[in-house]
Amino acid sequence: MSDGLHLHLVQDSPIPLAAQIHCAPGEVLALVGPSGSGKSTLLRSIAGLYRPNSGVIRCAGEVWFDSNRGINMPTAARRVGMVFQNFALFPHLSALENIAEAMLDYPQKERIERAHSWLARVHLSGLEKRLPRQLSGGQQQRVAVARALAREPKVLLLDEPFSAVDRGTRESLYNELAELRAELNMPVLLVTHDLDEATLLADRMSILNVGKTLQTDTPDQLLTAPLSAEVAKLMGMRNVFSGRVIRHEATHSIVAWGEHELRVRLRVDFEAGSAICWAMPTSGVLLMPSRSREAETLDNEIPVRIITMLALGEQFRLTLQAGQENVTMNVPRHIAQRYALAEDQHISVRLRGETVHLMPVES
Amino acid sequence: MDWSALKLSLELSFWTMLILLPVGIFLGRHLAWTQFRSKSVVEALLTLPLVLPPTVLGFYLLVAMGARSPIGQAYESLFGQQLSFSFAGLLIASLIFNLPFAIQPMQRAFEAIPQEVREAARCCGLSPWRILGRIELPLAWPGILSALVLTFAHTLGEFGVVLMVGGNIPGETRTIAIAIYDRVQAFDNQAAATMSAVLLIISLAAISLSYFATSRLGKRHDHV
Repeated sequence: MSDGLHLHLVQDSPIPLAAQIHCAPGEVLALVGPSGSGKSTLLRSIAGLYRPNSGVIRCAGEVWFDSNRGINMPTAARRVGMVFQNFALFPHLSALENIAEAMLDYPQKERIERAHSWLARVHLSGLEKRLPRQLSGGQQQRVAVARALAREPKVLLLDEPFSAVDRGTRESLYNELAELRAELNMPVLLVTHDLDEATLLADRMSILNVGKTLQTDTPDQLLTAPLSAEVAKLMGMRNVFSGRVIRHEATHSIVAWGEHELRVRLRVDFEAGSAICWAMPTSGVLLMPSRSREAETLDNEIPVRIITMLALGEQFRLTLQAGQENVTMNVPRHIAQRYALAEDQHISVRLRGETVHLMPVES
Repeated sequence: MDWSALKLSLELSFWTMLILLPVGIFLGRHLAWTQFRSKSVVEALLTLPLVLPPTVLGFYLLVAMGARSPIGQAYESLFGQQLSFSFAGLLIASLIFNLPFAIQPMQRAFEAIPQEVREAARCCGLSPWRILGRIELPLAWPGILSALVLTFAHTLGEFGVVLMVGGNIPGETRTIAIAIYDRVQAFDNQAAATMSAVLLIISLAAISLSYFATSRLGKRHDHV
């Protein structure tokens, strides 16, 4: 239990929190949620920059915060490495001095030597004397990461570290972070509102809304088996609906959805007759008309009308009207052209019952 | 040319500046970063000397420091001399009427330091004194410098409060501004003109220095 970072915070005001997190050494945990979901507050609590009303924060066997025992270790004593959203470099100090400032435990000479080697590790050798304003956004971010790691932290906290750099730079910084993280043996917390970024960089993700950690799991698990419709929506799933379980067959369950009856993956844990929410990835909607294999698969053919076609790079995002509901699917550009898809057209699609995930109805 | 008056003015300005330096840093920094309920009241009180007629301020200070007031009596029993119409009394008055000139520019300077930068310093493990000396003061320096220059120049030229509290005692409370008035009253326009020119040159030099320094230092700070 002494390993990694443990956090458990509860408060009602001023910022509501009901958060529980564990991050193992060497693990990258992404805190994901819309703005105002409390992600940054959690990070600031870990760093000791924000004092929550009640809860416990432990890291590497040390108690950093415990409201019951009145423990609140000051930030300077916690050994956290933090990369701020706008990097927060010291504007009047050079790149080298910025990094050296995080290593006051070492004598002056060694501090400078270590700062040089940190600059080399983030590929910034030669820019030692530059002031932050003389560096590009990506370079500033690297200095900020080097400064955070130079502290030899027990936890690395990244607060939206890629939001202040342009897209191209971001791609290369992703690679560098992925490279660097193999060498890091401390827990790493990444705050982001970008799901792709989280999926790319994190081992696990914690989904937050209004200060509450709703579900913590691998990106894959979160996408295929969200615990609730709220998580599914926060994971960016567009096809989230409500329905009712009709009955269970030997190999599948039957769910009523509007006027349709859908054959879906067997889930006997939901009683027949119970109201449910269900979600399905956009890849669970197929264009091609069904063939003879329908009996073996759980395909559900339904008639729809194309409401909008949105061009997104190589794909079209189609919004389809199915009864009272709207279903979203992605279609590769060449397929859309071959089938001559157009707005207002009536077509048939298949909903793949294997990809349908049932969840309890939200209270 | 009344050299003793010039010397007295320079001394008064110097001591005012020196004492208000730590006071301004402490209060300016505190006002910049902390929220408390009576903050606007405190800010209003600190700004009051800016808008109050110097004679009004001088009158109240005179009453407060007079021989019959508790402060005046305490001072007299401690040091065996009167507080009003003395250099010490003048210095106290000068400190009070210079509060807004010292605190406001420093407050603005501290306010301009991003919160993230101060938090980053804490995350780097810097002690509060190290943060003050290594991060905050270097970043706030232009504002602190202009506060000092303003205080110095303003003290040098202050007339109303000085006349009310200090009177016109040569070598003790007769500042150069009083001396100029005194000379004009005596139809000695020649001496008044010389002293006015000296005061003009010193003030101009001080203000120019402040602008020069802030624009040079300022360039280091327009980050990201």
